[in-house]
Amino acid sequence: MLFDLSKKKIQNFIMQKAIFLVLLMLVVVIAIINPKILRLVVLRDILMQSSTKVIMALGMMFVILTGGVDLGGGRLVGMAAVISASMLQTPDYLRRFFPDLPQLPLFVPIVMAVVVGILIGVLNGTIVAKFKVPAFIATLGSMLIIYGVNSIYFNMPPNNSQPIGGLRPDFTFLGSGSIGFVPVIVIFAALVSIAVWFVLNKTVFGKNVYAVGGNAEAATVSGVNITHTLMGLFAVCGGLIALSGVLEAARTGGATNNYGNGYELDAIASCVVGGVSTTGGVGSVPGVIAGVVIFSFINYGLTFVGVNPYWQSIIKGMIIVAAVSFDIRKYVQKK
Amino acid sequence: MYSLEMNHVSKVFPGVKALDDVTLKVRPRTVHALMGENGAGKSTLMKCLFGLYTMDEGEILFQGGKVSIPDSASALKLGISMIHQELHPIPHRTVMENIWLGRFPRVGGTWSPIVDHKEMYRRTESLLADLKLNLNPKDLLRDLSASKAQSVEIAKAVSYDAKIIIMDEPSSSLTENEVEHLFSIINDLKGRGVSIVYISHKMEEILKISDEVTIMRDGKSVGTWPASELTTDLIIKKMVGRDLSHRFPPKENTPGEELLRVAGFTSPHAKSFKDVSFTLKKGEILGIGGLVGAQRTEVMEAIFGLRVHSAGKLYIHGKEVFVNSAFEAKKHGMALLTEERRATGIFPVLSVMENLLIANMKSYQKKSRLLDNRRMVDDTKRSIKLLNVKTPNSKTLIKSLSGGNQQKVLFARWLLTLPEILILDEPTRGIDVGAKYEIYMIMMELAKQGKGVVMISSEMPELIGMTDRIVVMSEGRVAGIVDSQETSQEDIMRLATKFIQ
Repeated sequence: MLFDLSKKKIQNFIMQKAIFLVLLMLVVVIAIINPKILRLVVLRDILMQSSTKVIMALGMMFVILTGGVDLGGGRLVGMAAVISASMLQTPDYLRRFFPDLPQLPLFVPIVMAVVVGILIGVLNGTIVAKFKVPAFIATLGSMLIIYGVNSIYFNMPPNNSQPIGGLRPDFTFLGSGSIGFVPVIVIFAALVSIAVWFVLNKTVFGKNVYAVGGNAEAATVSGVNITHTLMGLFAVCGGLIALSGVLEAARTGGATNNYGNGYELDAIASCVVGGVSTTGGVGSVPGVIAGVVIFSFINYGLTFVGVNPYWQSIIKGMIIVAAVSFDIRKYVQKK
Repeated sequence: MYSLEMNHVSKVFPGVKALDDVTLKVRPRTVHALMGENGAGKSTLMKCLFGLYTMDEGEILFQGGKVSIPDSASALKLGISMIHQELHPIPHRTVMENIWLGRFPRVGGTWSPIVDHKEMYRRTESLLADLKLNLNPKDLLRDLSASKAQSVEIAKAVSYDAKIIIMDEPSSSLTENEVEHLFSIINDLKGRGVSIVYISHKMEEILKISDEVTIMRDGKSVGTWPASELTTDLIIKKMVGRDLSHRFPPKENTPGEELLRVAGFTSPHAKSFKDVSFTLKKGEILGIGGLVGAQRTEVMEAIFGLRVHSAGKLYIHGKEVFVNSAFEAKKHGMALLTEERRATGIFPVLSVMENLLIANMKSYQKKSRLLDNRRMVDDTKRSIKLLNVKTPNSKTLIKSLSGGNQQKVLFARWLLTLPEILILDEPTRGIDVGAKYEIYMIMMELAKQGKGVVMISSEMPELIGMTDRIVVMSEGRVAGIVDSQETSQEDIMRLATKFIQ
């Protein structure tokens, strides 16, 4: 009898963490095929690549917690990258975006980009909360609008859609520099993670996010302001995604209007793999971080062991569908 | 002087006047019972008071002053809290978070964004101790039983320190002991100057706990009386508006041979139904009684192939059948009218005709695979006439019909599939009295034709008045099967609470 119970528990555990375990196995397989991937430098590289994605996925988590999704996330990465990069080029660079722009303090363009992200988030949240447009549709619209606006900005003379380069070293330091062996960008991701964890677990706003996602009706009758909560969480989402866009520009040392295209799908996939339920109300920061890191490892690893990119796309697609179907099973099977 | 007055309140929903010039006056320090049949408008009235609905006409006076209550937040702020009929748990959150949602204690004052978990835990513990409720503040709601979850709702409503607490069926999933406990809490609250509006269908409870009773019928208030002047019979008479003997059509059906046998149906889920067995005869109306959470709907859905079962057999005409989907159930002559008419029954934006024929479309295919329009129109007209559906025409969208007429359309839908076994899940919920009688007539007529009818109902009088036998369920198990002629509401209640720990 006791054995039975523990067997059931194990089954349950496997059921709950199925997709996680499958991916861990994939990680192991990759490591066996090419053990060199386990070298410290490579792992550090993977962690650096994960950092901007962690920040973005944490933003995305807020929206998924309420059963929605932000499709405009990838394009917002591009916009934030272009905004910050366009104002942070070295004075002697030949093809400057703003030829006569004086040297700005580092934080000014960064804050501008993040504020733009927050405003777009507030707009998304307003459309979702006030006009009851599903997040999927509202953000599909903003995805197209963001890309259009960003491309117009990017195409302004004298830039005329040239990739933005020649970024200031103090800016690129944020993305590719390190303090000792620890990359600055990883420190950023860690700080953001702690902040998000704090907001979700220790603040009224965070708890309201879980409540609205878990049972909107209950939140309403308990006097929670759903509109404000939705607007707030979309704002946080926009702000974090914009921040990840800024850091993406700093990390790669450039920006174009096509930066970040499709990143929103990676972020959604990472959240789901990390246990954020697409039906709302369930999800944690450590889960999302684990989801992103595993996903990045597989991404990197598949290239590392020589899987061609077309196959990589197929594998990633299968992982996403499998993750969501396992997630749905967890809740639906209760019937 | 009243602590609450609702004067001349009216509210119209599409197709039905839910409240018609209703007046309710509640004195301070009293329990004021609100009674009426399902669909009489009690919950609607309370939802207007709690800011969930906006009333079309009327005024609310609270503590003598006129107030407007646009949403729940303002109701709570005024000092009106509510235990809701449908529970509102947030499953993956703790007991204490569920209780204090919307007004978490904060570190360092009202405007701080940070939740004070220690304070929240302390307050929850003292609240639960105060109410003598045995709950762990840190348990997740999804792990609690229905009665524990209801206790959380009670604790929550009390914790607002409200002047008025609305209790909409607060005892629906409580055991007898827990109800006693609730009453001691209520008496305590009265002592502290709180007034309580108490909605329940249970006569004994009402007569025991309430000081005054307001009775509603068909969206109107019938009147208010001191509880001491009322008896069960009097209340029923005022609720129904005519003698009980005319509430149900005369029983003219005669049960025959066995039609359906359910043997040992068990769910794979621990908290669900277990070892459910019963038989249904031809021409019989079989009632399924029990409290909310007794898994009645779940069993029927399992029989109909909508839910999985891990053990149990199904026999139709003595032959074992296997039903793993609604499609197969239909093939074996079963039909299911679901409980949530709006959610799982009607297609609101389709016409009456489409709603009528949707379960039977295939039979209208011609050889060319196109649909035979003339036959569809004919069948629709015939069904509308047969069941006396009040609709402007067959192209009217079903959402604009009243609840009773929508239910008749659903009946007609399943009758067109020529079923032998009809499973009806709360078929008269939210339907006005006149239409109810017509639904009863249809059921009786079907039984007379030799069909087997299974009816889940939470209304005792309906169960006793309409059925031949009643299967009473408790906590997912069959607590007993009683003969409707010989049983009483008390017997059924006793069985319904048999397995509650």
